[in-house]
Amino acid sequence: MLLIPCPWCGPRDEIEFHYGGQAHVAYPDDPAALSDEEWARYLFFRDNPKGPFAERWSHSAGCRRWFNVVRDTATNEIHAVYRIGEPRPVIA
Amino acid sequence: MAERRSPLAGFAARFEAAGAGGRLRLAELPFLTQINVRVDPEGRAAGRIGRALGVPLPVEPGGAVRSGDLTVLWLGPDEWLVVGPDEGEDEGDARGPGLRDRLAETAAGTADDHVSVVDVSAQRTTLVVAGARSRDLLAHGCALDLHPRVFGPGRCAQTLLARAQVVLVAREADEFWVLCRASFAGYTAEWLLDAATEYVT
Repeated sequence: MLLIPCPWCGPRDEIEFHYGGQAHVAYPDDPAALSDEEWARYLFFRDNPKGPFAERWSHSAGCRRWFNVVRDTATNEIHAVYRIGEPRPVIA
Repeated sequence: MAERRSPLAGFAARFEAAGAGGRLRLAELPFLTQINVRVDPEGRAAGRIGRALGVPLPVEPGGAVRSGDLTVLWLGPDEWLVVGPDEGEDEGDARGPGLRDRLAETAAGTADDHVSVVDVSAQRTTLVVAGARSRDLLAHGCALDLHPRVFGPGRCAQTLLARAQVVLVAREADEFWVLCRASFAGYTAEWLLDAATEYVT
């Protein structure tokens, strides 16, 4: 089980959290102007890297806040945890 | 008028029996008044609510402060739970406005801030887990570090106890409040009684 450091509550077990997929997927500026293909790409297509991946988590059994985590998808190592609205930290 | 019945009314005798060894005390504190307050902690409304409560809203995560018979629990960066004594079942009786009305009136004075004051008393019931073995008992189903150095009086946490969502409050040295959903209360009480077996005799 992962031990995820919630930016508010501190380290908690993974079962207290809910996964929210890739972070920093911006809503299109003008959705009506998109073609069906572009809209589908926004809705359904996500990165699938092997290595550091910025993703959203919600501390659903605790403070119920959303936040971002940079997690290595190969090793599960958590490189950074930061609040919503903060820029993604640079991972060496 | 319907008779008021607490979620754990049927457990009183079994809680009593679990305390027979003297190392543990289990009890329900039914019908505590619980007010959920959501407000920007930096805003003026937060200051006014703090003055009405007699103590500022705790901004440190997991903080729990007491003011008279009220306890203010940190639930989130803009969310608090104010727990007070039972106010009875009649609204607007001779005792004057209840805690919710007083807080809502305080908050209404600052129209420029967004404030939510909601009575959630019926959502949760409160269990007292106290005694020398209370930490050992809770540790059976809770992953948090409950050592007094980390989780002493003045601390609270929302977490899972035996997979049920609870608000855990450290009261006195060896006394905890477990606020759990009314619908899980029977399960949580059964689990606590089962986990307490080894400390009873």
